[in-house]
Amino acid sequence: MNKKITMLIMLIIISIVGSKSFAGSDGNLNLKDSKKIENEVSDCFEKLNRGIFAFNQGLDKVLFKPLAKGYRVLPQPVRMGTSNVLTNISNVVTIPNNILQGDIKKAGVNSLRLVINTTFGIFGIFDVASYYGIKKLEKEDYGQTLGSWGVGEGCYIVLPVLGPSTVRDSFGSAINLIGGDAWYNITVDKDTQYFSEADYYLSRITEGVDFRAKNLESFDSLESSSIDLYASVRSLYLQDRKRKIGNIDQTTETLSDDDWEELDTK
Amino acid sequence: MKYLKLICTICYFCFFSSILYAKNPSILINELVDEASQILSSSDPVESKIIRLNDIAERSVDIDGIALYTLGKHRKSITDEEKLKYKKLFRSYFLKSFSSRLVDYTDPKINVIGEKKINEKYTIVNSILEANKGRPEVKIDWRVYTKDPSRPLIRDLIVEGLSLARTQKEEFNSVIQNNDNDINSLFKTLEEFIIK
Repeated sequence: MNKKITMLIMLIIISIVGSKSFAGSDGNLNLKDSKKIENEVSDCFEKLNRGIFAFNQGLDKVLFKPLAKGYRVLPQPVRMGTSNVLTNISNVVTIPNNILQGDIKKAGVNSLRLVINTTFGIFGIFDVASYYGIKKLEKEDYGQTLGSWGVGEGCYIVLPVLGPSTVRDSFGSAINLIGGDAWYNITVDKDTQYFSEADYYLSRITEGVDFRAKNLESFDSLESSSIDLYASVRSLYLQDRKRKIGNIDQTTETLSDDDWEELDTK
Repeated sequence: MKYLKLICTICYFCFFSSILYAKNPSILINELVDEASQILSSSDPVESKIIRLNDIAERSVDIDGIALYTLGKHRKSITDEEKLKYKKLFRSYFLKSFSSRLVDYTDPKINVIGEKKINEKYTIVNSILEANKGRPEVKIDWRVYTKDPSRPLIRDLIVEGLSLARTQKEEFNSVIQNNDNDINSLFKTLEEFIIK
């Protein structure tokens, strides 16, 4: 209980700090020195962010990249099964967010997938639901829900180990820790006796390694061709979040950019 | 009357030749992908592969257009002389970055799956980079500039919904902003990258 209260206080502090740095009530406050990216998001703590980014890069070099390379050596069915289990677990966060976003149909589909894959798919190792035509949908989280409700991103921040985020998305992630993530509740909060804390942390680390393994080439390519890797990652993260929050499938929407139009009128 | 006939014939010819020679954007991408694939799977030395890949880029990509786009708001504040210098630097930077990214792939399989015309100037060609050992399939969309139908040019690559041109623009903007909005800082960084 104390843990939850502490977390709630932390959330309030984050939201106050966040809102202070991005509210800019009269349009002139606070943001004078901050940089605006994607027309909306300010990198209010760029110096600090760059420091944490460098730390994360170091950590990636000595830990995550070697782990990801090792993971890639595993047989494809093992990697596929692992990825399926992680996707299945993520449904416990996606479903409440589908509901909060008013997408009851998607919540139904994801619930059905969760039940089928957890039972017939043996804890999600096999994606039986897809086999029966119930296709996998996009993951949703509390940051996306807040975004879909119109909450602004706040400042762009880089979290140690976890990487790029925004004040809003960090706030969203913190909701997982105060009851918003059933997987967290049954593992770390020990709502049941069947799982332990280790299961939660193992799943999170595996998720990171799985993601890294799937993107080994893209990261290398980005790193080698970038003149400011920090700025590239920031741009990619913010574009990705914008796309996910808007549930943008059509490329044409992603591409709307006044700069192209301006160039063409010249 | 004779002149009128001649003018009509010329107009008629021009109209039909523009239709005749209009290149379908999907065909452009298919040809480009096939050619790149042949180069990458060949046993040629890396240097030769790079030269041939750069040749494809020079023919199919609107490098000057992307250069101006990636300058963003700074486009308006620099002199013509600086613009010229920037375009030259960007071309070298782009080609180096383009070929060095591609040359690591031995035989990428890209399948064009469709296209959507947004307006007279742009068509989006959708494609899929097939999964290989360890890497899932990747959705790649090509923003093709079709203002001149006989010579469509690629202006952007959107990988899984993320625009590479936009990323580049924000990267350049960051370099300039972190150096007191001095465009020369970007020139210097690009020069360093090119000679690296």
